[in-house]
Amino acid sequence: MVRVIVRRLRGVVVLALLSGWFAAPAAAAVPPPEVARHIADVASADGAVQEGAAVALGKTGDRKILPLLEALREGSVYVRGLPGGKKETVIVGDKVSKGDKTLVPVFSAYGREPLTGPGGKPLLVELSSLQEVSAGRSLRLALRPLIDAFSGQSDLINPDPAVRRAAATKMGNAGDPSALPTLTDALAKEQDRWVRHAVEEAMALIRLREGTEAERVLAARRLGELRSVNALERLQELSVDAQAPAVIQQAARDALKRIERWGLLTQAIEIGFQGLSLSSILLLMALGLAIVFGLMGVINMAHGELMALGAYATFVTQNWFTAHAPASFDYYFLVALPVSFLVAGAAGFLLERGVIRFLYGRPLETLLLTWGVSLVIQQGLRVWFGAANVDVTAPKWLSGGIPVMVGVQLPYNRLFIIGLAAVCVTGMYLLLFRTDAGLRIRAVTQNRGMAACLGVRARRVDALTFAMGAGLAGLAGCALTQIGNVGPELGQNYIVDSFMVVVTGGVGKLLGSILAAVGIGGLNKIIEPSMGAVFGKVLILVFVILFIQRRPSGLFAAKGRYADS
Amino acid sequence: MEGFSRRDFLKTTAAVGVGAAAGLGFPAILKAQGGGSVKVGVLHSLSGTMAISEVSLRDVCMMAFEEINAKGGVLGKKIEATVVDPASNWDLFAEKAKQLLLQDKVAVTFGCWTSVSRKSVLPVFENNNGLLFYPVQYEGEECSKNVFYTGATPNQQLIPAAEYLMSKEGGGYKKFYLLGTDYVFPRTANKILRAFLLAKGVPADNIAEEYTPFNHQDYQTIVGKIKRFATGGQAAVLSTINGDSNVPFYKEFANQGLRSENAPIMAFSVAEDELRGMDTSALVGHLAAWNYYQSVDTPQNKKFVQAFKAYAEKTKLPGGSKRVTDDPMEAAYFGVYIWKQAVEKAKSFAVDAVRKAVYGQEFLAPGGKIKMDEANHHTYKPVLIGEILKDGQFKVVSRSKGLVKAEPWSKYTSPDKGCDWVKEKGTYQKKA
Repeated sequence: MVRVIVRRLRGVVVLALLSGWFAAPAAAAVPPPEVARHIADVASADGAVQEGAAVALGKTGDRKILPLLEALREGSVYVRGLPGGKKETVIVGDKVSKGDKTLVPVFSAYGREPLTGPGGKPLLVELSSLQEVSAGRSLRLALRPLIDAFSGQSDLINPDPAVRRAAATKMGNAGDPSALPTLTDALAKEQDRWVRHAVEEAMALIRLREGTEAERVLAARRLGELRSVNALERLQELSVDAQAPAVIQQAARDALKRIERWGLLTQAIEIGFQGLSLSSILLLMALGLAIVFGLMGVINMAHGELMALGAYATFVTQNWFTAHAPASFDYYFLVALPVSFLVAGAAGFLLERGVIRFLYGRPLETLLLTWGVSLVIQQGLRVWFGAANVDVTAPKWLSGGIPVMVGVQLPYNRLFIIGLAAVCVTGMYLLLFRTDAGLRIRAVTQNRGMAACLGVRARRVDALTFAMGAGLAGLAGCALTQIGNVGPELGQNYIVDSFMVVVTGGVGKLLGSILAAVGIGGLNKIIEPSMGAVFGKVLILVFVILFIQRRPSGLFAAKGRYADS
Repeated sequence: MEGFSRRDFLKTTAAVGVGAAAGLGFPAILKAQGGGSVKVGVLHSLSGTMAISEVSLRDVCMMAFEEINAKGGVLGKKIEATVVDPASNWDLFAEKAKQLLLQDKVAVTFGCWTSVSRKSVLPVFENNNGLLFYPVQYEGEECSKNVFYTGATPNQQLIPAAEYLMSKEGGGYKKFYLLGTDYVFPRTANKILRAFLLAKGVPADNIAEEYTPFNHQDYQTIVGKIKRFATGGQAAVLSTINGDSNVPFYKEFANQGLRSENAPIMAFSVAEDELRGMDTSALVGHLAAWNYYQSVDTPQNKKFVQAFKAYAEKTKLPGGSKRVTDDPMEAAYFGVYIWKQAVEKAKSFAVDAVRKAVYGQEFLAPGGKIKMDEANHHTYKPVLIGEILKDGQFKVVSRSKGLVKAEPWSKYTSPDKGCDWVKEKGTYQKKA
């Protein structure tokens, strides 16, 4: 128990040191005499003495030295004259201007603790009274690995697993054998599976480079077991290296085979996921349009702008949270989802009641009118929020990703959107085919006159259906804030893709839209790796055009006796 | 619609209309008093896609004019600015330039951002012997008698950045992923970078090159490719991605588990002004190469930043005191002062006299002293590599020793060409 506490404390101390700030030190730490001598030498005018002292300080491994080394690199180390002709090496903080004087707070070289003046207040001295310690390029070069060793050690105990992983990977790539004890230490304490993997990989990489023959063979085998893509290059070199013993070459070849096979698998999985992710985005965008265009026959050019409304609603919700509930900021997105649905839905309702209802059955007029509306909304957003993009911050739980297997990390935001698309489609299906309201919508779609005769209030059904389609657009806009930009032109970027999905899928068919989204998204991701993004897009358009040529009414043509066909 | 009466609607529309007209339509004129005045032109897009970047350049030029006028103007004459809006339309750039030169008869023009806009006004300035100060880093391969380039050439931005990444200090990277938006600057920049890397002994297999369309949003595939390319931790990305595609790119990069420690992105088109509208959390720790940052610690920069914030607040520019300064803005700002000094040296506003006086002109710019070249119409500048911080600012991690001379023709792609307007007539063939 005590040991745990001590370890915790050590972590805290290191963090405090790294951030370079001590709130109230109990007493200034006194460096051991040898260290003190080196600290004095670092300020020497002789470059060689300086460098030797810096390296010696780095070798001590004393964490209280780190701030000094970092300050040396930044050029914020100065020498201060003390009464009695003595000199002291100090670190200076951020400059403060007072009149025409420039004042700086000073810190001790050992531990970077604020030096206090009379009265216990932090000491501010005039910059011109200090003498700068210049760090030449060669010293700065020597400093980098020293600082890296320190920061590598402290990064390995960082609370964020991603930082720990990155630190371990970096150490492995650097291949410095002196890092082995630190890594072994870290491995013993590490709980996180993926950090453990990175640490083991790093250790094997180091042993592969520096070790006895048996150790190197074991290391190569271990790397193969770990499916370490980071080791690919090193193993490749080894497998053809005539200098290396035959057993090592063989072990390297075996490991390579394993890793490469694994690489193919991960690549296939990645492409599959990317296709699924793109499909879900396309589907989410097109769903609202499929309802409005498919069920009601309205070509809604303002669909993109309804998405933009949803995105801006998310932005406003975020700002409300920053201003009024900063503690629960991370949950703003959950609130933004219904808000954007309601805002865009309300806009859709107004649009339908206000203008579109007068133009049913006149597709060209509705097309022009909704296009005009889209321009009005766009310009309105520009006037209200400015022409520049606005900043929607991703909540913590949607940043980063979950590593599912070695070499594959699935981003949370994309997983979330896939889930959201699935929920929307399921909800839509249940609504249309399992409720009375859905029955009425389908009735009005198929034969408006007959439905009205049977007592369905067709006008009301129209308005609600349109509002729902608009609301779905808003929801899509909200989701898109997590992967793209939010600006007044947001809608323009997505409208073409939305129409492409709906038209390819077949007007009026939910299943068609789903299949079209999956087809277009998947195909895009299969083509893109070899053809590039530009040609990928061009090819997809060509495919869609050819497809529409052969099947003008899309994947699923509406069959049967529709009133208006 | 009950709460929004027709009168409200009219008022709003009128306000919007007037605002738009003031901003876009009519030339804004700084009234001159006594001692006569001299007309200068400002040719930056105030509407359209480039407005986001170019409006700031207009603002900083206007601030410089105001500063100069407050101190008595140039040769005793107040600067009278004619601001026109070419609306991000390349043909309109040429038309507006013609209007400035022939109708308004301006002594000098400050303007343009994109290379295509500069190419479109070039014949106008050359045929009418005008004078243009161009403030943005660009791909080089140009040497016009009527243009002074105060932005960086490839050797003042691209090459030092690649050199830094290859150096021990920068991390000793051995593989490079050249990623850009598909248009002239990234294509030319990557041509030069590739030639440079090959010349430095980087094998062609270790260089990848890829382009995406403007407004590209889905970077899944590309980031996946970079991830495979970067295994082993020896790869860096050199990015000329422009505009708002940067946000989805950096986001995807972070979300797929790549970090700046193991695969840094060096950006050539991301500056403070662009970072204003971005969620910067995914960008922290990545790098950029410029000749100036708002965080540069010099007394004159502190004054410049404060003055600009105060100016933005005073003239009620959108953003007010939250506005930031960046590299092209600094270049636009000192361009105005270089012109002023040259006019004073020549004691004349005549283009030919001023041009000769610009050669060798020095100025203590916000980012430090800069110097105009004696012959090639470009600028000696310092090169700074910066690391992106959480607040959208940069921390300088490496700076060039002294000033770097501009090479309009890169020695890696056009070793036989040079630019000299004193001994030669512009672009010339170097003798072997």
